[in-house]
Amino acid sequence: MNLYSAGKVAFRSLRANKMRSALTMLGMIIGVAAVIIMVAIGEGANQRISAQIASVGSNLLLVIPGSTTSGGLRSGFGGAHTLTMADARAIGKELSAVRASSPTMRSSGPVVYGNQNWSTILQGGAPEFLEMREWKVVSGRNFTAQEMEAASKVCLLGQTVSDYLFGTEDPVGKIVRIKRSPFTVVGILDRKGQSPQGQDQDDTVFLPITTMQKKLSGSAHVGTVGVIMVQAVDADRVKEAEQQVIELLRQRHRIGQGGTDDFSVRNLSEMLALAESATRIMSLLLGGIASVSLLVGGIGIMNIMLVSVTERTREIGIRMAVGARERDILSQFLIEAVLLALTGGAAGILLGAGGAVLTSMLAGWSTVLSPSAIFLAFGFSAAVGVFFGFYPARKASRMDPIEALRYE
Amino acid sequence: MGVAAIEVTGLVKTYRLGDVLVEALKGVDLSIAAGEFLAVMGPSGSGKSTLMNILGCLDRPTTGSYRIDGEEVGGLSRDGRAILRRKRLGFVFQGFNLLSRLTARENVELPMIYDGTPAADRHERALSALSSVGLADRARHLPSQLSGGQQQRVAIARAIVNTPSLILADEPTGNLDSATSGEILGIFQRLNDDRGITMVLVTHEPDIAQYAKRVIRFLDGRIVEDRPVPDRRRPAGHEGTAG
Repeated sequence: MNLYSAGKVAFRSLRANKMRSALTMLGMIIGVAAVIIMVAIGEGANQRISAQIASVGSNLLLVIPGSTTSGGLRSGFGGAHTLTMADARAIGKELSAVRASSPTMRSSGPVVYGNQNWSTILQGGAPEFLEMREWKVVSGRNFTAQEMEAASKVCLLGQTVSDYLFGTEDPVGKIVRIKRSPFTVVGILDRKGQSPQGQDQDDTVFLPITTMQKKLSGSAHVGTVGVIMVQAVDADRVKEAEQQVIELLRQRHRIGQGGTDDFSVRNLSEMLALAESATRIMSLLLGGIASVSLLVGGIGIMNIMLVSVTERTREIGIRMAVGARERDILSQFLIEAVLLALTGGAAGILLGAGGAVLTSMLAGWSTVLSPSAIFLAFGFSAAVGVFFGFYPARKASRMDPIEALRYE
Repeated sequence: MGVAAIEVTGLVKTYRLGDVLVEALKGVDLSIAAGEFLAVMGPSGSGKSTLMNILGCLDRPTTGSYRIDGEEVGGLSRDGRAILRRKRLGFVFQGFNLLSRLTARENVELPMIYDGTPAADRHERALSALSSVGLADRARHLPSQLSGGQQQRVAIARAIVNTPSLILADEPTGNLDSATSGEILGIFQRLNDDRGITMVLVTHEPDIAQYAKRVIRFLDGRIVEDRPVPDRRRPAGHEGTAG
């Protein structure tokens, strides 16, 4: 019997028991859909993390002020003001494994243009900051080292701020008021999207850190900075750069052997790589759990095929009497099981794809439907059909034709 | 009568029923010539069904030899017997044994499906087999839409579609009224006369056996009578295809 007529025979016998076939397929549909959705969610999380790694900038270290303990009291990192502009400069100039560094400082405040106002993050830094973050200026220009030195009142707007304050108007060259001081907008930053913490990175105004210290904060800590951002020469020298930074700062802060550092260095890409591997494990786990339902679907197929073989004992006897060989009967039932599994699998893929789209729409999670997952699910369904269909099919093919013909 | 189409010698068949060994055939010798029309009679349990199963290559003898056209087939494998059934044997059963989901034509096509006959060829041969039993106009009907006699004729069409040399009919008229039985036997006689197909017919009705050319009688696993039929019966009206 050729494959085409075998397929036709299988299709007809499945159609003869519509309800039963549909219910059996439902097991496969749910299993495959679950796998597809879970893999899509996992893949989506992976891609988001990868995008975040790219958006943060490569080979970056963060030097964070503060000590782990001071007099038995733990103060969180960033709680103290131990890093200075001079530290940042020294890191940038003296260390061989460091390509660039920028002191940074963050605060928040309202920005006003005309009758529009918008409260946003004020990000202070050196001109190098943008390059280190791989953040482009789409319109206008970055501020210069001279402007930084002079603590000029210039700023660059993130896309969100630009949109809210100016709409379609071109902000470059306009004057905005930040905490009531007038600033000239010299440039617009490229769109950056969400940060690893889920914040809108475009909701920011970037300005020289010196200006921020002298003109805006009015704090007692003039000359101290928040976090120093450090970029290593290349990916292989991030560790080396980390060591050099630690040594330099210990020296500058006069921290002896065994003393407690009043700063700490964090390797950003390492942290994100960790997050990435955690996500990967999670998506594997999700896929694994979903595969269990696929297994249950396969058992459903086996169950219904066994019932079907018993019910059609007489048919098997007739087919054998007119000359069907063992392999003819075997392939007939095997094809039926595979057809059940594949039809269920195909429907499951559609449902899973729809479910993944719905998940990202309703829950706001990013999902990615990869063709390889779809092919895999389809292939896996076929394998489930063959695996769970084989035993019933073999049982059918091994029947004694005389017994089978006598079966009532 | 020429070469023996079927040659059975020293045929023994024993079954194990629980702890008991049942001897269904106790050494049967039988020779059936090509073109013969043999009726097998005997009470239930006399061994005639066992003989039919072995002649039909559905079962194998415990000991003894079974030759078709001089070729030993008693020791064939399951698949070997399946191919033999498909190519050289036709079956007609008491309960018709048609597949209820298939149309008359598709039922007739069944033996050809397993030897890879192209679809167009299958349709043509099935239709011609159906018209030779007078059912050309019922090709698209399902078995449930046909009368018992018509269903049995579909089964006969299925049996002859691969041009077998031997047709085995196991109580083919057991479920039919006498008029229809006559029609079915008329068809058998015609196939036997016109095409020279060897017929073996199991029945326990003596007047059905009268349609055959030769009658053997079984009792307790042995042939106890073997005689020709002197005044052979012909169906009323002599038209097997009416219906």
